[in-house]
Amino acid sequence: MGDGMSVLLRTVKAISLMFVSTELFAAAQMDLTPGVTAISQEVYELHTLILWICVIIGAGVFGMIFISMFKHRKSKGAVAANFHDNMTVEVLWTVIPFLILIGMAIPAAKTLIRMETPADDAEVTIKITGYQWKWNYDYMHEGFDFFSNLAKSSRDVIYAENNKDREGINYLLDVDNRMVLPAGKKVRFLMTSNDVIHSWWIPAFAVKKDAIPGYINEAWTIVPEPGVYRGQCAELCGKDHGFMPIVVEVKSAEDYAAWVSEKKGAAMTAAAGDNKVWTKDELMAKGEQVYAQCASCHMADGSGIPAAGFPALKGSAIATGPVAAHLDMVINGSKVNPAMAAFGYMSDSDLAAVITYERNAFGNNTGDAVQPADVKAARQ
Amino acid sequence: MSEDHHDHKPTGIGRWLFSTNHKDIGTMYLWFSFLMLFIGGGMAMIIRAELYQPGMQLIEPDFFNQMTTLHGLIMVFGVIMPAFVGFANWLVPMMIGAPDMALPRMNNMSFWILPFAFGTLISTLFMEGSAPNFGWTFYAPLSTTYGPASTDYFIFGVHLMGISSIMGSINVIVTILNMRAPGMTLMKMPIFVWTWLITAFLLIAVMPVLAGVVTMMLTDRNFGTSFFEASGGGDPVMFQHVFWFFGHPEVYIMILPSFGIISQIIPTFSRKKLFGYSSMVYATSSIAILSFIVWAHHMYTVGMPLAGELFFMLATMLIAVPTGVKVFNWTATMWRGSLTFETPMMFAIAFIILFTIGGFSGLMMSITPVDFQYHDTYFIVAHFHYVLVTGALFAIFAGAYYWLPKWTGNMYDETLGKIHFWISLVSVNVLFFPMHFLGLAGMPRRIPDYALQFTDFNQMASIGAFVFGGIQLLFLYIVIKCIRGGEKATDRVWEGAEGLEFEQLPSPAPFHSFTEAPEVK
Ligand code: HEC
Ligand SMILES: [Cu+2]
Repeated sequence: MGDGMSVLLRTVKAISLMFVSTELFAAAQMDLTPGVTAISQEVYELHTLILWICVIIGAGVFGMIFISMFKHRKSKGAVAANFHDNMTVEVLWTVIPFLILIGMAIPAAKTLIRMETPADDAEVTIKITGYQWKWNYDYMHEGFDFFSNLAKSSRDVIYAENNKDREGINYLLDVDNRMVLPAGKKVRFLMTSNDVIHSWWIPAFAVKKDAIPGYINEAWTIVPEPGVYRGQCAELCGKDHGFMPIVVEVKSAEDYAAWVSEKKGAAMTAAAGDNKVWTKDELMAKGEQVYAQCASCHMADGSGIPAAGFPALKGSAIATGPVAAHLDMVINGSKVNPAMAAFGYMSDSDLAAVITYERNAFGNNTGDAVQPADVKAARQ
Repeated sequence: MSEDHHDHKPTGIGRWLFSTNHKDIGTMYLWFSFLMLFIGGGMAMIIRAELYQPGMQLIEPDFFNQMTTLHGLIMVFGVIMPAFVGFANWLVPMMIGAPDMALPRMNNMSFWILPFAFGTLISTLFMEGSAPNFGWTFYAPLSTTYGPASTDYFIFGVHLMGISSIMGSINVIVTILNMRAPGMTLMKMPIFVWTWLITAFLLIAVMPVLAGVVTMMLTDRNFGTSFFEASGGGDPVMFQHVFWFFGHPEVYIMILPSFGIISQIIPTFSRKKLFGYSSMVYATSSIAILSFIVWAHHMYTVGMPLAGELFFMLATMLIAVPTGVKVFNWTATMWRGSLTFETPMMFAIAFIILFTIGGFSGLMMSITPVDFQYHDTYFIVAHFHYVLVTGALFAIFAGAYYWLPKWTGNMYDETLGKIHFWISLVSVNVLFFPMHFLGLAGMPRRIPDYALQFTDFNQMASIGAFVFGGIQLLFLYIVIKCIRGGEKATDRVWEGAEGLEFEQLPSPAPFHSFTEAPEVK
């Protein structure tokens, strides 16, 4: 079966090549991926089965149409026959498709039931939260979480004129912080959202579940082999829906354990960061990194997209005015425009850094250095 | 039948503004739909131009979202639906032997609401902030809490469209049930009339649901309710259930009249009676009934309980049975016929094959575990463009070529018709077929920019789109040319044509169809 399908696909590809042709084309994938998990393999087999059923029925029906078109044409002297119903045929072509469908539904239902069986025996649980336009991965039993944004290497070349600039960087399919999973272990995902509906999808795992505000959806996977797997947000979630990729890195059990302890250490340092006094330079350096999460609306140079309702921060009233109003805007969000979300979920030090950055970058030069303690005070 | 004693047409602009004549109103519907086809199509060209290569070149992501949203809304509500109402207006009275529609003033109103509805919708493009940018499915909370200010105008426009559709369908139902010529029993009605009768019931059933969902949006946005707002105790998934309870029957609203048109055309050019008339009627009715219990197959990934997913999978698969019956019936009608290939027949045959391809991808998507992979990708985009463009739109083309001679009294230019057909056929497949591959390879829908491996098929699709879009100007030319003159059509128009409009009315059909009821054997 698989062979026949690939011959068919190669033929279509050859025909397609007559229209456009670049060196990339040879690499273009045309069929669903079989993926890397037992479930994704089953899904691929179901897909191939139903596709072949369609191809065979199609060949039969279209074959009949083409025969009529060539043999029963008036120009060849065909005289119309007189029949216009036939009980036997009509019963047959109702019952046979019905039986084929039942044959299809049984394996489909089996796979579905396996996929939807809750993963109560999972060894790792990760809460995935969709944000406009990034993901948060919370390793619930390890006590750390982090955001995963579109990689800067991609964001920087979205508007590049030369396509060469987009090569070799997994354009739009790379992130700053990858989700990391242990190979061969059952992992449970809990999906939810902080704003609009997103959908977390990795084709190679055949996992796609919507992340919906107010809901917690569940999915699970077991990835046997280490590797890097890529996907994208699948549900329209606003302006940057096309720019919130998903990258999962599967590591061996030992490497995973090492990664976890490193992350825990970093979380501890960050927590310590909330209690110390930072120099302005430290704040600016960290702030520039955090600001990546604001740049999709306010732009990297602080100029915003005023036409779309995203204000400039460069010289803006709040970013150059009293610190209290600035803190309030970023921690609690805008009172009038939900697009400016409440960023209070960030750590005190991240908030202090990004606010300091906004007050001194883009020529704002207020000279202020906002400390984590100021943020803590403003939260009350 | 004498031709002129009842033909006192009003003249000037008043003829159109105050028209109560089913033919004039039908004409206005068809022209309106044609105009919207070019507006919605223009938006599609913008989308395909931006997607011609990776990176953002021509427009901004937010404007891209506005284009996909308005393109979808305009094509669904402004092109396909009004075109079918136009056909219904022109044809239902002629086909059942009635002088006009039953409720002519309401008919006038239901048409004249449309320019206001779409004027409102399109005006949002010029409003501050942004036009609706949340997709034609306008899922909450993207369209409620996060929707631009213009969303309220969109809601108003949708209400107007709904009122227009409901009035239109009441008119169709009343006309068909009360104004048939003596002897025209229900089971003698042309299939086109049958499909429209069923469509009209679907419309009456679901348009109020659409009105309900946008009203809930309106109060969520402006009056502090929380129907769809999780933080207020509401439920964003309920939005999708209500929307698709409207939306799935809506899909059949856009395809049943095409089945009707194709079922008229295939017998004519096969010179053979439609195979399985009564099974066609039953199949159409079962499709309509099933359409109410399959809605959640549009939302398999929202996290429904397993039982729900299984139920919707099985119910959806079931629809393949009556749909298959229709395709088999058309095939059997052509079998051992005496076929000729005028333009309407070419479009009708292309319809059968390409619509069936769209049906196949639909069947594939009904399988829940596999749909987790297809959902929200270009595979879906390919699927619904096969059923709506090479399906519904091709049926509209076929119907237009088929009845234009009856409507205008002139034959259209057959050579140009063939050119229109062949270029459309090739380009539409270059446009939509590669989208299957893009979807399977993992390209999500509604993204303004894509990873490099999707480049080639996107380029192909864009080239197909420009050709397909451009060639529709030829269709416009063909229609105008046919209206203005040409070889005179005979009363029967086509050798194999049957039905009251061909057998008992001259070409062009008189302003008032049947002042005296014709005899139906
Ligand atoms: C989704 C788009 C979006 C993102 C992402 C975003 N903002 Fe905003 N921001 C807005 C909008 C819209 C406003 C205007 C709000 C209003 O009018 O009340 C705004 C306003 C502001 C203002 C006030 C500007 C002024 O003077 O009026 C500040 C300060 C600000 N944002 C900071 C941030 C920071 C810091 C981040 C990142 C942590 C961020 N924003 C991320 C959309 C965004
Ligand atoms: Cu998203």
